[in-house]
Amino acid sequence: MDLAILGTGLQPFGRHEGVTPIEMGVTAAQAALEDAGLGWGDIQLAFSGSLEVLQPDTMIRHMGLTGIPFTTLYNGCATGGNLLLSAANAITAGAGDIAIAIGMDKHPRGAFSVGDTLESIGLGQWYGETGLAMNPQYFAMKTLRYMHDHGIREETLHRTAVKAFHNGSLTDHAWRRKAIPYDEIAASAMVCDPLRKYHFCSPSEGAAAVVLSRADVARRYTSSPVRLRADVFRTRLYGSFETLSPSMPVKTAASPSVQASQAAFEMAGVGPEDIDVAQLQDTEVGHEIMHLAECGFCKDGEQEALVRDGETALDGRIPVNTDGGLLANGEPIGASGLRQVHEVCLQLRGRAGRHQVPGKPKTGFTHVYGFPGVSCVTLLSV
Amino acid sequence: MSTSLNERVPIDATLFAGSLDSPRLRGSRCGACGETTFPAQRGCPACTAQGCEEVALSERGTLYTWTIQRFPPPVPYAGETEAFVPYAVGYVELPEGVRVEARLTENDPNRLAIGMEMQLAIEAFAVDAAGREVVTFAFAPVCRS
Repeated sequence: MDLAILGTGLQPFGRHEGVTPIEMGVTAAQAALEDAGLGWGDIQLAFSGSLEVLQPDTMIRHMGLTGIPFTTLYNGCATGGNLLLSAANAITAGAGDIAIAIGMDKHPRGAFSVGDTLESIGLGQWYGETGLAMNPQYFAMKTLRYMHDHGIREETLHRTAVKAFHNGSLTDHAWRRKAIPYDEIAASAMVCDPLRKYHFCSPSEGAAAVVLSRADVARRYTSSPVRLRADVFRTRLYGSFETLSPSMPVKTAASPSVQASQAAFEMAGVGPEDIDVAQLQDTEVGHEIMHLAECGFCKDGEQEALVRDGETALDGRIPVNTDGGLLANGEPIGASGLRQVHEVCLQLRGRAGRHQVPGKPKTGFTHVYGFPGVSCVTLLSV
Repeated sequence: MSTSLNERVPIDATLFAGSLDSPRLRGSRCGACGETTFPAQRGCPACTAQGCEEVALSERGTLYTWTIQRFPPPVPYAGETEAFVPYAVGYVELPEGVRVEARLTENDPNRLAIGMEMQLAIEAFAVDAAGREVVTFAFAPVCRS
């Protein structure tokens, strides 16, 4: 069944003192409904997700108690992607014609903690007590090995961060709107070698929402629908290098990002060369660089030339993280994937303003990835 | 009864196959597909078979990748956080075909390199409420004379 996005909305990511995540979810949902030309009463199915909010669906007290099926799910950094996928699957299954996906979060400052106990993530307490349960270590170790295997230099890490903050400086909805010079990034404090302070995103606060419908009813509501061409979710295979892994085999397997991307391209009948704008999970710069290859946009090692020649910049061959990505927006986990969809829809509808990709982009790509080895990819087009 | 000041307690005894004086890591091997996992577990993550057997893992391997933890980890880290000393972490590739994640005894980035030979060691990283040294497994670079 053909599906279309009618509208998207954002509670811009950042720090919002005194605003609850539920209030942010309501703001994003109302913005998406307004963009779609709908009211809450038109919504037949809803999906919400959050790390910090146990029951984000309680937000409907502020939207209207209409009795619709409202499902909550959490799937790590892939939550936003899973929310949209669940909405798509429900519509395809005939449960309704119009659905909304809403992600929200409000994280404390500082690095994400695994919490007091590791039981909730299936690991022994010793793993946290001995100082191994740290996501930044994983990002650093996978990046270091990739640099070693494929000749990626530190300069390429710095340039990727320069691009992110530059794009953020042109984006009204970005959290970090100040460009940061190359030298300042290169001289910033080492956090987990080879990754430095400005190479990482930070946990933040915000919400994002997307209204989805059957494509054949979309024109009733909006003159500028965006087609959802493919939406794929994959988990790790044995042999994929993942965070919070006390061991891994020498035998290797394609990452969930590789699997999800390949399946999405196959589903849509297009290839990476057809993508005009892409949002890739950039928890830190190393993963934007690796995800360029994992998602099919270049071969391993080609990132050196791609980044040096500005091919991932707004006016490059494959503009990546056009709103500054996670680096400039931070990561409210439940909302992050839907922010990517919001940004691609802005680009495809020509509404991105100062950070608009030139040449009227027609096809876009979004990709989330995270613990414990989950990835969602969507392909969108106008 | 008093405890000796230099008494050592393992962070989790189930991680070890031998004594702390001649330690080995306690992993598991799948009888159906031969894949090795650490820590030991019953189910095989590779082939879905149940009933993996416990094995003592090799003490030597090579460094697959590494990093240095330069800020004190949050809860539930049990090591010193006030006077925090950065520590290295890496994956060490063992002949059994498994890479084990561990603290490394060397925290100087100039003395760590992918591919270097590593040896299992016991590292004291915390002190418990009774004043005893809490130890865990680690890997140390093999010194060549």
